[in-house]
Amino acid sequence: MTALHCWVEGIGLWSPQLGDFEALRAVVAGAAPPAPPSRPAATVLPANERRRAPESVLLAVEVAGQAVAMSGYPASTLASVFASAQGDQAITDYMCAILTQTPTELSPTRFHNSVHNAAAGYWTIATECRAPSTAVCARHYSFGAALLEAVSQMMAEQRPILLVCSDTKGSGPLLEVTGCKQPFGCALVLAPQASNASLSRLTLTLAPARPATPLPAPLDEWRDSNPSAQSLSLLALLARGHGRCQLDAAATLGLQIDMENVA
Amino acid sequence: MPVSMIPLAITAYTASSAMGRGLAAQLHALGQSSTGLRPNDFSSAPLECWIGRVDGVEDTTLPAALATWECRNNRLAWLGLNQDGFLAHVRNARERYGASRIALLLGTSTASIGATEEAYRRLDADGGFADDMLRPAIHEPHSLSAFVSAALQLEGPCLTVSTACSSSAKVFANAERMIRLGLIDAAVVGGVDSLCDSVLFGFNSLELVSAEPCRPFDAARNGISIGEAAGFALLERIDAAPDAPRLLGYGEASDAYHMSTPHPEGIGAELALRDALQRAGLDASQVDYINLHGTASVKNDEVEMALVNRAFPAITRASSTKGFTGHTLGAAGIIEATIALQAIEHGFIPGNFGGSTPDPSCGAPFAWRNEQQRVDVALSNSFGFGGNNVCLAFAGAGFSA
Repeated sequence: MTALHCWVEGIGLWSPQLGDFEALRAVVAGAAPPAPPSRPAATVLPANERRRAPESVLLAVEVAGQAVAMSGYPASTLASVFASAQGDQAITDYMCAILTQTPTELSPTRFHNSVHNAAAGYWTIATECRAPSTAVCARHYSFGAALLEAVSQMMAEQRPILLVCSDTKGSGPLLEVTGCKQPFGCALVLAPQASNASLSRLTLTLAPARPATPLPAPLDEWRDSNPSAQSLSLLALLARGHGRCQLDAAATLGLQIDMENVA
Repeated sequence: MPVSMIPLAITAYTASSAMGRGLAAQLHALGQSSTGLRPNDFSSAPLECWIGRVDGVEDTTLPAALATWECRNNRLAWLGLNQDGFLAHVRNARERYGASRIALLLGTSTASIGATEEAYRRLDADGGFADDMLRPAIHEPHSLSAFVSAALQLEGPCLTVSTACSSSAKVFANAERMIRLGLIDAAVVGGVDSLCDSVLFGFNSLELVSAEPCRPFDAARNGISIGEAAGFALLERIDAAPDAPRLLGYGEASDAYHMSTPHPEGIGAELALRDALQRAGLDASQVDYINLHGTASVKNDEVEMALVNRAFPAITRASSTKGFTGHTLGAAGIIEATIALQAIEHGFIPGNFGGSTPDPSCGAPFAWRNEQQRVDVALSNSFGFGGNNVCLAFAGAGFSA
């Protein structure tokens, strides 16, 4: 089986309990870090864009900004993969509701913010990035599938890449089918060669799907509360500094990930 | 600098749109200059516009084993998969390579959101989804790929690309990278988008929908017509099929300009074009035909015609075929890729349809009527909201740049 190698150079994280990757390290070490402010700051966006942007975009841009800042790369040089299992659920709820009543009053801004690549669009505009950018999904396999896509692109093109995976909280009648109980976002900057910024080296191997790696409380509960939080299997590994985990990349396809610390 | 690529064989492809089901119907409609657009008879409330609706979607039924995936978008996908022997080609590839060595990479902008709209139209007394709509998998943007994965019984990498109107062009790039790295031996790529209130009233809210049939590159163009379509292609290494047409290259770039308006100088579109040409090892003068994005929106066409004028010689032929299909959004990339492939296969340049009074800024490359001529190399442009640009390069069997 082909093995894929990459170096992790930046990590971003945001949930109602975790304001960044340091907070996850603290949780893994048994501490209780303070909760972040209720809204992701997303300071990469200009103030007027930050006011206009929907929560899904703020979340994705916040974690992307954290990871890129940690990596030290100029954001404008990075290709990007933005993943989200559900897209912007608040906008989907808004649109489906208004379409049943007054469809011609649909808000044009909310419509153009509804595209799955809205976060990728806001990000590339704010960072003046003309590199390739994509937006993907694969149900609750979205993080694994997007990681595979990001590493493939990074290896094939021999350039560093930004991977973002985020989902907001479900709202309205839609919540019953999406089951997203709280927002969660994470981002990684991955590079094909080691550098001074490298934190750890990952080896990815395609493998049959297997049950998810067990996680200790409260991480297990967080992982179940949002499809993008499937990434916690890998993030917990990165926080611990060593080991192996298994992620789903599709219904019948898994990714085995071996990690070694290099920082 | 893009890495130059080894061409891939396109061993099967199919398209269904308002022009008809399958490649023969598509070629016939193009040859006869017969549009598939009709007055809007779809939206749940009146909206004065023309649409590219696929006949027969309502009568298509999914196999019993796949019934849980029932919704318009997946019915359209199934209708599309059943044309041109595509299912048999995939079955054959599955037997040769194994189900886990074939990726499924599909583009869509809204997947089956039409089903979610329906669920909201008939919420039960408690304000929740009716029992028959309580199928979480059809209310997710991955619905299409998950359904097609089940229908084709594929077990390799499976990903939905949703970058608005460039979605099903980008999947060719995903496939090429995975084949190059040896992760897979073949990939089913394509895309499906179906008519729904979200896109009809959404584009209407942006004042981008024309009340008349769309007129790409016409001086008086005033907006798009929305369509629906399903298209698929099977990609393999060329040694598996030396006589098949080829994917020569692709380019991807971002505008970094605006969420719903293209960069005024077409910077991202030009970067994608240059990336595709470089990857394919082509000079612009070697391009025989370009299937343009050509949506008939004032801005898109203005930016794209300037790009054609400055990047290509007079001998290159260029046209938009959205006058036949409407803008099929996330499916536009694959549908127009199949038109580029038919141009190569049949030595046929489809004339730009709907532009009866050409915009005077359109240069010599614009083909206003059908032309017969040899086509060795054809490009297809796809641009999406968020400033997401893709250009694909195709060639006939045996072509080397």
